[in-house]
Amino acid sequence: MWYFVLRRLLYAVPILLGVSLVVFLLMQMVPGDIIDIMIPPEAPKEVADMIRIQFGLDQPVHIQYLRWLKAILSGDLGISIFTNQPVADELFSALLNTLKIAIPAAILGFTMGVMLGSLAAFYGGSWLDKLFSGIAIAGVSLPHYWVGMVLVAIFAVSFNVLPGQGMGPDGFPWTWEHIKHLILPVITLSLIPMGVISRLVRANVLEIRSMEFVSALQAKGLKGPRVLLHIMKNAAPSALALMGLQFGYLLGGSILVETVFNWPGSGSLLNLAIFRRDIPVLSATILVLATIFVIINILVDVLQALIDPRIRR
Amino acid sequence: MSLTAATRDQPAAATGGAPLVRVEDLTVRFTSRDAVIDAVNGVSFTLDAGEVLCILGESGSGKSVTLRAMMRLLPPRRTKIGGKISVGGKDILGLDEGALGDLRGGEVAMIFQEPMTSFDPVFTIGTQIMETVKRHDGLSDADARKRALELLEMVQIPSPVRRLENYPHEMSGGMRQRAMIALALSCRPRLLLADEPTTALDATVQIQILQLLHRIQRELGMAVLFVTHDVGVAVEISDRIAVMYAGRFVETGPLRDIVHTPQHPYTQGLLASTVHGGMRGKRLEAIPGSPVNLAAMPPGCAFAPRCRYAEPACTAAPPAETWIEPTRMVRCIRAAPHT
Repeated sequence: MWYFVLRRLLYAVPILLGVSLVVFLLMQMVPGDIIDIMIPPEAPKEVADMIRIQFGLDQPVHIQYLRWLKAILSGDLGISIFTNQPVADELFSALLNTLKIAIPAAILGFTMGVMLGSLAAFYGGSWLDKLFSGIAIAGVSLPHYWVGMVLVAIFAVSFNVLPGQGMGPDGFPWTWEHIKHLILPVITLSLIPMGVISRLVRANVLEIRSMEFVSALQAKGLKGPRVLLHIMKNAAPSALALMGLQFGYLLGGSILVETVFNWPGSGSLLNLAIFRRDIPVLSATILVLATIFVIINILVDVLQALIDPRIRR
Repeated sequence: MSLTAATRDQPAAATGGAPLVRVEDLTVRFTSRDAVIDAVNGVSFTLDAGEVLCILGESGSGKSVTLRAMMRLLPPRRTKIGGKISVGGKDILGLDEGALGDLRGGEVAMIFQEPMTSFDPVFTIGTQIMETVKRHDGLSDADARKRALELLEMVQIPSPVRRLENYPHEMSGGMRQRAMIALALSCRPRLLLADEPTTALDATVQIQILQLLHRIQRELGMAVLFVTHDVGVAVEISDRIAVMYAGRFVETGPLRDIVHTPQHPYTQGLLASTVHGGMRGKRLEAIPGSPVNLAAMPPGCAFAPRCRYAEPACTAAPPAETWIEPTRMVRCIRAAPHT
């Protein structure tokens, strides 16, 4: 088992290096010269050259990449060319804000997804199945920013019971005021994970239920809850894999949902960085998100292997 | 606690001389959206404690369905079971869910064809045996573990302590089937249902498993209902044989009689198509045609379309049971009842 964990961790190294390379190359391909954004067009050429040297942009591409990589590895994510603030600070606070909605959305979406999916499977073909499957399909197919806007229109505008914008007052001692601001974005964000997980769990449970070993469990006289435990443990690995992916997406923050709710999370940060051509912010954000994504997936791999011993080999 | 001595305390007293199992006119009908399939069409038999009855038939003859009906292990919404099944005086078809659960794995246990797919892949063998013992006998974890260990020893699994912690995929096919037998025997069943337990195994392993089953069956005095398509396997283990075709028993009788003087043309065909010693140079006979389509059964004898002796009368109505001897039944119009 430890060998398995170690191997997974080693695999992550080339993946992360690859990600960093792709991010770097993408940034190189961005049309236009960053210097043009940083200084007014009428500035003398000498100034531009000076800045170029200062940022190391006069060096060959591979030297630039290695320098950037070295800085990142030593924890220096660079300085925003727009705000002149360290990227790490901006990124950290944006990620924290995204976590505030991503974690509740994940919990809500995952539990709802598992419940709806398994209930739909156990009542396969009945009206309950159709209802739950319908909810799941609606969850994945409705554009979630549209759902967000509809929710804002209903609960914030028409009835004025919930705030539709922002995070509410600063600070952490969470009050009802903070939670009120969470409700609509969390519901909106949870729709997609709920939908996809419910579809997967339904298909999985249906398949597992038709397996011979379930008949064998019944032939042993086991009671319903015990049989359910067997089925769910078999369904868990693939559901976990999907949850890992979905949680990764949630952490990336939905640009659209965060825009609708004016939520200053990582999605908003990415969005801003793109519009401002803030290359250091953009590349650091993508790299950090990708790293988190890889870490989550390693965790999922380990969890899967704990549940299903066949994966360990 | 010795397992061999601990057979359920029921010998003659509980059954009072009556057979342990009595099945009368069993029918099983599957309904799906586009077809109605009559898988079993009036099967009747009795089985005494300690007796081995083998149901012999091709795939699709309804033998496995008959077996599964014995503990109502068929999808309830799509299945209609008719007739009467009684085991140890209990009316199986009338039991409620709770009583059925007590019966399954307790008084009546089952061994499945594919030991790989009939164990849950993500639980250890030990856990899967222990959960059964705990369910039926209410043992503590420690006692259940002890029992599981004894069971693995009884089915001669080497280094049983280590094997308890094994997952099904970590065992060989023969080992898994031994574990499956241990599991089935864990609560000392009076009736063991075996659904082609050797079909998925190598020939050498097959004979070991058969011998193991036979030995344990005699030691525990269990009744066994054994389903197979393999005449050789049936000969090895059974006391009596029931030959099944298209959801009916077409011939039943003691093993010897069936093998030596088969009466029904289908039984004759089955035996003639089996390879055995002293056949060198002879041509193996196959039964012409293919098994009947259960969704469109012919009105008369289901075997008539493939039968070389078929005559017009065969297609009129299904032939009735004809008892040619007190212990032998044949469903063929050519059979003459004993007097």
